[in-house]
Amino acid sequence: MVRIFGILIGLFFSGWLLVSFGMGAKEYYTNRPADTAEHAFHQHAKDISFTSDGPLGKFDRQQLQRGFQVYKEVCAACHSLRLVAFRNLEDIGYNEAEVKAIAANWPIPTPDIDPATGEMSTRASLPSDKFPKPFANDVAAGAANNNAIPPDLSLITKAREGGAPYIYSLLTGYQNPPADLPAANQPGPGLHYNPYFANLNLAMAPPIAAADQVSYSDGTSATIEQMAEDVSAFLIWTAEPKLEERHQTGWAVLIFLLIATFLGYLSYKTIWADIKAEKKKKEAEA
Amino acid sequence: MSFPWAKQYTPTTELGQWMDDRLPVPRLIYNSLGAGYPTPRNLNYMWNFGSLAGFFLVVQIVTGIILAMHYAANAGIAFDSVEHIMRDVNSGWMIRYAHANGASFFFIAIYLHIGRGLYYGSYKAPREMVWLLGVVIYLLAMATAFMGYVLPWGQMSFWGAKVITGLFEAIPLIGQPIQELLLGGFAPDNAALNRFFSLHYLLPFVIAGVIIMHIWALHIPGSSNPTGVDVKGPQDTVPFHPYYTSKDGWTLGVALIFFTIMMFFLPNALGHADNYIPANPLSTPAHIVPEWYFWPWYAILRAFTFDFLFIPAKLLGVLAMFSAILVWFFLPWLDKSPVRSGKFRPKFKMFFIILVIDVLILGYCGGAPAEEPFVMISQLAAAYYFAHFLIVLPLLSRLEKPEPLPNSITESVTGKPLNTAS
Repeated sequence: MVRIFGILIGLFFSGWLLVSFGMGAKEYYTNRPADTAEHAFHQHAKDISFTSDGPLGKFDRQQLQRGFQVYKEVCAACHSLRLVAFRNLEDIGYNEAEVKAIAANWPIPTPDIDPATGEMSTRASLPSDKFPKPFANDVAAGAANNNAIPPDLSLITKAREGGAPYIYSLLTGYQNPPADLPAANQPGPGLHYNPYFANLNLAMAPPIAAADQVSYSDGTSATIEQMAEDVSAFLIWTAEPKLEERHQTGWAVLIFLLIATFLGYLSYKTIWADIKAEKKKKEAEA
Repeated sequence: MSFPWAKQYTPTTELGQWMDDRLPVPRLIYNSLGAGYPTPRNLNYMWNFGSLAGFFLVVQIVTGIILAMHYAANAGIAFDSVEHIMRDVNSGWMIRYAHANGASFFFIAIYLHIGRGLYYGSYKAPREMVWLLGVVIYLLAMATAFMGYVLPWGQMSFWGAKVITGLFEAIPLIGQPIQELLLGGFAPDNAALNRFFSLHYLLPFVIAGVIIMHIWALHIPGSSNPTGVDVKGPQDTVPFHPYYTSKDGWTLGVALIFFTIMMFFLPNALGHADNYIPANPLSTPAHIVPEWYFWPWYAILRAFTFDFLFIPAKLLGVLAMFSAILVWFFLPWLDKSPVRSGKFRPKFKMFFIILVIDVLILGYCGGAPAEEPFVMISQLAAAYYFAHFLIVLPLLSRLEKPEPLPNSITESVTGKPLNTAS
């Protein structure tokens, strides 16, 4: 009985799937959907490597500090970094006093409540504060930016397919729309053509527009590519601040496991030796 | 337990004797995981994945309990509490990455364990209950994993919850109330997050309970083996400890090496970037995909694109997706071939290899966007999936002529007949 029912149900599911396949295939070949411009003009992230890549990767603290400078002077005007605290900057090589000064002089004050009146107020930031947001809320952010809310950057390199190379490509990928771009995909008012962005037109104006937009104190030449690379590296750190600790721990665990597994293998061999010997002996007899 | 030649537990100390007379826990362990459990001597490495899956369940429970100490199941702060674990909790990143990747490793182990059972006919008499309980464990694990993925309250969490609970909507009459009951509302929100967290904490312990029954049921007839031939005498078995404890032990090390590589060097490779964006009910991700271990079923769900008479395509997809797993409950009665091991069933072996490739294709299509040609490919692959279990296996058990079986395990191992082997 089970088998008869089974065969009937199987014939129904498989049969209807084959019929659906037939109808779908007919539809597909008679009425083939045209390739979209978003697909045709889209470009994959540029090939760029960072010192934090790979299992031995480490951060280049000079670079992170330069990247922080780019964030501070360029990105921070619109993009929040709400999961990172000023105190975290000690991880990228600033000392306590420098962090205190960075927090105190941050152009956006930290929201607070006046202890005397209970009224909303603001104060200078402390190292324990997270980076204050440039806009009071999403509505304000949208209103100031043509209704496109600038995303928070804390996790951006983990929250986008392609990671840091994608961020780098986006920052350096602004260009004039190609001549054969369909009219429907031409950038509208307030939009900017960028083939690395999924729907080709991005609300963000090119943030890094000219060389020497920031002046690096360590003498590095601030080309557009250099600034884009530095801020991408900085955003790898904001998304994954424990990356170095993770890599180091990983190697320690791996070496321990290799030794433990080898010892485990030897004890397995020793324990099974009598069974294997017995098998060999009997094979020889036979 | 099951064989008369099984070694008997004898307490060696006075305390051991005292304990044995009152609460014989050492005896229980000795008989189930120790030298008191005679195990076929010829198990190959495919028999290692059951204990491995059990190990990863323990990893999940331990890391999960620690995560729950820092996680906040509230839609307003759940996402940030996960980032708090990643940034501010001591070694929190390690616990979280172990938990996220541990789920994948649990499913890798369980899939290989199920595949072993399918190929070597472990579901056949007298081990039907072992198999049925195993399917129950798998279903519970799927529910647990799904609810766990919702907890970080990222974009994929939210939209995954919406899509999966939305499946119940397809069921006529009772579908809508079921969906509202699951979510505690009309869309995923705080009520859904809270009940998912509660159940995500509960279900692993239910799984552990069913695993105890799974092992109990296994130890009545004893373990199956690659020849599928019954154990005939003491020469066919070795005590579980130290023989299989040592074998499981060193292969656990190998599995942990792979686990270490994933969780320390590629911790987000199996996840989805969108889940690092906080849940936003107003913005739908371009492609909503579940975790990789659900991809084959997701492909079957999406393979139904046309209504059948009065049954809408969505309902067909839902029925087919659940049937694809429920069919396993009937497997011991669908495949009536008296030969257990696929080793001695040449045609079965061929169809089994096709099934494995078929499920891998379904998995690939399930992870791909719902576009052509993936839908067409998954239609063909899903058709074969159902045909394999419901048509091929029942017919094959009648039509196929198996190869001759060895007389005993010892004979198959040593090439000598049983009567002279002892």
